[in-house]
Amino acid sequence: MSDQPLQPLPRPATPMLRQIQDRPGVKEMALGVPTPAKVVGAILALGGAAVMAFIGFLVVDGQLDGEWYDIRDLGNATANLRDWLNDEGVDHRIVWIIMGTIGGLGIMSVLGGWLLIGSWVERRVLAKFQIRMGPNRTGPFGLLQPIADAVKLMTKEIVIPRGADRFLYFIPPVLIFVPAMLGWAPIPWAPNMNYLDIEVGVLYVIAVSSIGVLAVFLAGWSSNNHYSLLGAMRTVAMMVSYEIPISLSLLSVVLLTGSLSLSEIVAWQGTYNAWMIVLIPFAAFAFLFASTAEINRTPNDIGEAESEIVAGFYTEYSGMKAGLFMGVELGHAILVGALMSTFFLGGYTMFGIEEWVPPYLILATKIAAVYFLFVWLRGTLPRFRLDQLMSFAWKFLIPIGILQAFIVAIESSVFARVESPALITLGAFAVVNLAVTVVIVRFWADRLGYSPAQHRTVPKLIADGTLGGLKAAQKIRST
Amino acid sequence: MDSTGIVIGFWVLSGLSVVSALLVLLARNLLHSLVFLVVTFLAMAGLFITLSADFIAVAQILIYAGSISVLMVFAVMLTPLASRDNGNSIYLLPGLLGGLGIAALVGFVALDTDWAERTGDGLAATDFPGTVNVIGDLLLGRYVLAFEIASVLLLFALLGAILLVQDRRRDTNDGGEG
Repeated sequence: MSDQPLQPLPRPATPMLRQIQDRPGVKEMALGVPTPAKVVGAILALGGAAVMAFIGFLVVDGQLDGEWYDIRDLGNATANLRDWLNDEGVDHRIVWIIMGTIGGLGIMSVLGGWLLIGSWVERRVLAKFQIRMGPNRTGPFGLLQPIADAVKLMTKEIVIPRGADRFLYFIPPVLIFVPAMLGWAPIPWAPNMNYLDIEVGVLYVIAVSSIGVLAVFLAGWSSNNHYSLLGAMRTVAMMVSYEIPISLSLLSVVLLTGSLSLSEIVAWQGTYNAWMIVLIPFAAFAFLFASTAEINRTPNDIGEAESEIVAGFYTEYSGMKAGLFMGVELGHAILVGALMSTFFLGGYTMFGIEEWVPPYLILATKIAAVYFLFVWLRGTLPRFRLDQLMSFAWKFLIPIGILQAFIVAIESSVFARVESPALITLGAFAVVNLAVTVVIVRFWADRLGYSPAQHRTVPKLIADGTLGGLKAAQKIRST
Repeated sequence: MDSTGIVIGFWVLSGLSVVSALLVLLARNLLHSLVFLVVTFLAMAGLFITLSADFIAVAQILIYAGSISVLMVFAVMLTPLASRDNGNSIYLLPGLLGGLGIAALVGFVALDTDWAERTGDGLAATDFPGTVNVIGDLLLGRYVLAFEIASVLLLFALLGAILLVQDRRRDTNDGGEG
């Protein structure tokens, strides 16, 4: 990074700049709405407020608990449906098939709905970070862009490289979707809203995510291209390495909560009102970083680094097959967001608010927050090199993760024995863990030669006292 | 074994595992064999699920389908002289004999074990608890010696791998800084 100040360039008034300058503010946009829309909006808002007030009344009155219209927990509706079907004398196998279908459709509609709008969200948010507009030509605000992309991908000619393995070439685009879909099953959305509440939920998540490695490898090998194979090899090496920090950080969570079930982990965090990210910050960081490596997102998108190699392991895939590889990244991103929120951010609990707000909305908000963090990282950080990534996993994350697991094991046995209030004990754990993490990370980073203090640079815009973003860019351009 | 779903699941999964295990032997391409091997592992995990053995099923997917298969992929890729076809081998006869021996052993154990079968009302009344706690208790209680021996073995494997790839001369490059 050069330390030259940004020179104010005499820029011509391009159509894009004029569009940015002429964009109406919030006030003009609110005043410019036509009257019928205002009326309809007012009616909808009043109706929504009335519904909310009625629900609030029912909640206070205590009439809502467990009834089918209790929308705070959609699991109540399905449980009531199941009881009703059982009372009607429907065969229990058919009842189970119906319930399984409903739950599966619910989970898949989350993923499918996200694939419909996800690429638009990602590109628009990323554009904000890079002071661009993003897709805004197809439909209102460019909302139809993902559909246009999908149509384009589906109508493209499918090119199968000569010498490709005809049998293995078609498996990976489908196989790579398997972990992205199955991983949703054990995530608790509300106390009763849990599709697959198994005792080995954490192991299930790790096991399912390990299948994706095979898909990546088969994609690289079967397309009969050395560059694909190289991309696959480095992706597989990275994914295999980063499964260990993920397992270690989840081991810390499991040691502290004493359960492998995701719903019990969330319930533990809800009971003590303590999020895991506060108690074991290093595990949360390791999980986040290793997950970005596992799902091939910047700063760890070694597998398909656009500016270095073409598309890595799926170079030879065209049309909708490549589209599936691109779409699965979006699915993986929110799946990791859901896992991160479940393990480290309290899941559907939010310090008691979950009694009032539907818990699945809380979880969705947390997923969106983690996803925003991912986009933020993508817009901010440069890409790591492969050897840096590997040595970061093996020399930094894994040793400190093992140490962290030791400390957490001691703490969990202390927590089981000590009599004092949980808040004090957990607060002490949080302070101890944070201090130990800071000390160890500083020491180990010095040992390894990562020295962030030597490269301290302050961006010019911030140093001037100006804030970054669109306003600053406009200021630079206008001066 | 009187629930229809279990019966259907058993026959589908066992048929899948047997057919794909045969295809492991019959496929001409080594990577195709590997894919069928993964299918076999997954079908066996499904069989474990029908037996309410959730921990073993998940461990089967995690260790065999997720890790061992990747290890095999690397073994195939990193041995350039190994031909990619699943052709004849001098190990055919020893392999068959070993397989027959293992099959005989497993069959003998299966016939010899008292399976405590329950049918009808007895099956409906049986509660199937999770297996994680029991397995953990046994591993760190009764079978702790075997567990420790396995961990020491894994530790030596790890150290051996580090020793094999270690550079002979003292390496001053410690990673981090590029």
